[in-house]
Amino acid sequence: MKRYKKAETNAVDGISFQVKAGEFFVLLGPNGAGKTTTISILTTTLSPTSGGATIDGSDIVREASAVRRKVGIIFQRPSLDQNLTAEENVRFHAVLYGLYPYAPTYGLMQRAYRGQVEELAKLLGIARDIHKPVRTFSGGMRRKLEIMRGLLHDPKVLFLDEPTAGLDVPTRRTLWEHLAEVRRSSGTTIFLTTHYLEEAEDADRICILDKGRVVSFGTPDDIKRDLVEDYVLVDATDRSALGDELARLGYATSGGPPFRVQLNGHTVHSILRSIETPLTVVKTHTPSLEDAYLEIVSGTDE
Amino acid sequence: MSEASAILVIAHRDFTKLLRDRQRMIAEFAFPVIFIGILGTSLQAGFGDRAGVNLLHFVFTGVLGMTIWQSTAQGLISLIADREQDFSQEIFVSPISRYTIILGKILGESLVALPQWLGIVLFGVVLRVPLDADQLIRMALAGIVVAFFGGAFGVLVLANLSSQRAAAQIFTFVMLPQYFLSGIFNPIGSLPLPLDILSKISPMRYAVDFMRDAYYSTTGERVQLFDASTNLVIMAAMFVVFMVVGTFLFVRAERNR
Repeated sequence: MKRYKKAETNAVDGISFQVKAGEFFVLLGPNGAGKTTTISILTTTLSPTSGGATIDGSDIVREASAVRRKVGIIFQRPSLDQNLTAEENVRFHAVLYGLYPYAPTYGLMQRAYRGQVEELAKLLGIARDIHKPVRTFSGGMRRKLEIMRGLLHDPKVLFLDEPTAGLDVPTRRTLWEHLAEVRRSSGTTIFLTTHYLEEAEDADRICILDKGRVVSFGTPDDIKRDLVEDYVLVDATDRSALGDELARLGYATSGGPPFRVQLNGHTVHSILRSIETPLTVVKTHTPSLEDAYLEIVSGTDE
Repeated sequence: MSEASAILVIAHRDFTKLLRDRQRMIAEFAFPVIFIGILGTSLQAGFGDRAGVNLLHFVFTGVLGMTIWQSTAQGLISLIADREQDFSQEIFVSPISRYTIILGKILGESLVALPQWLGIVLFGVVLRVPLDADQLIRMALAGIVVAFFGGAFGVLVLANLSSQRAAAQIFTFVMLPQYFLSGIFNPIGSLPLPLDILSKISPMRYAVDFMRDAYYSTTGERVQLFDASTNLVIMAAMFVVFMVVGTFLFVRAERNR
């Protein structure tokens, strides 16, 4: 749980979840749901007001330094130094994480480091620009560089806090492909926050957060089952007869009249065929996961 | 070993940033040039004969001490604004200790003060402030001491700030009064008691006086208030207190927002 100083409500309120090693985990929720707060607590930059968590066996409060070594973080806002070259940004990260001793120039850094940088540059297709200021790079390229940099110290978990915010659609797509490739090759656990549902569709598991609480948790299919309410709405002139008949047939209904008949595995067709009372209204309601998510999101704007 | 490397890399970044930021380089010389070139020159022209001491030299040495001290102090205070920008986020989540961040930042900002020292001294040469090699060496060494002292003061201020806005307002409340209480442009030898107390608790005063001593100790004039060793002892004591209290508060505030 986290309550910021001077805040009246808890930014994150009694949330609890587990992420398996190697999993692609998505923390999904509208703006202000508490995603960044959660990530900040898990990456030890913020102390929880109460409660705790462990990452790969290390406690986020008592063993903060060990946790920091085990995680890589891609921040919501760009964290590259615009005045430095791509290589300098990478070098500073490598030294801060104790991977190589400091040297004032690229040429004086250890051979192993230079090898790693060359490889990285080739992978990103910036072999020629690696010594140019990051300022001259495109937004998508910077993000990719940040991801590569975040993976330099071989973290167990890579946290990405809305990494595609502010990027255009094609750039988002290439970034996504890049991330999928990273997952395939490194086997790193990916912990992503986003408010875009489509970015969560490929996740192994999703946790939906709203107003600091967990709304739903599970695989995309679980979530769908959990959130999406499929029903057929029916009404008749003789409403009491229809109500009696629905009860007799054993359908789960809610509301009404008009009655919402839950599908619960039945097809719309079989339900309608079984009803003998003449119907005046028939409406089917089978929302997509996106519709269900939008209902949650729009609820927060009220 | 890796913490030492981290200190160096943080300092390296600060210095590199300065070298690549021409606008900032120019802006950092604006204040000293205005103070020394306009205020110092006009004070000397107007009151120089009656003062018994060359006021241009007086202002030059005072501004030199003040600029170096303030430069590192401001540099440290900027950490609060930096925390949410670019690379600083990276530094704050890396596995290095918070003490390492502070030390790296003080070293870096002290390096940043170096070109300023050089620029102001060159400007002094242009204005024909007499400078010999002995004085230059003393003033360079004093500059290093003053820079680190300013850094420690910055840590203390930083630790007590909650927001970027507070950091922006700090100049009016913390820096500006010290300009006058430290005797950069004005004599502070015989102040009324309340001002004298304020002056004596202004850390900048000792930085300015120490730099003055480096210049005047061989000229035969007596402008400095304390001798070098007294200033040094006071600054060392303040340095330790600022660093210990400041770093402790900063580290605590960092995680309990």
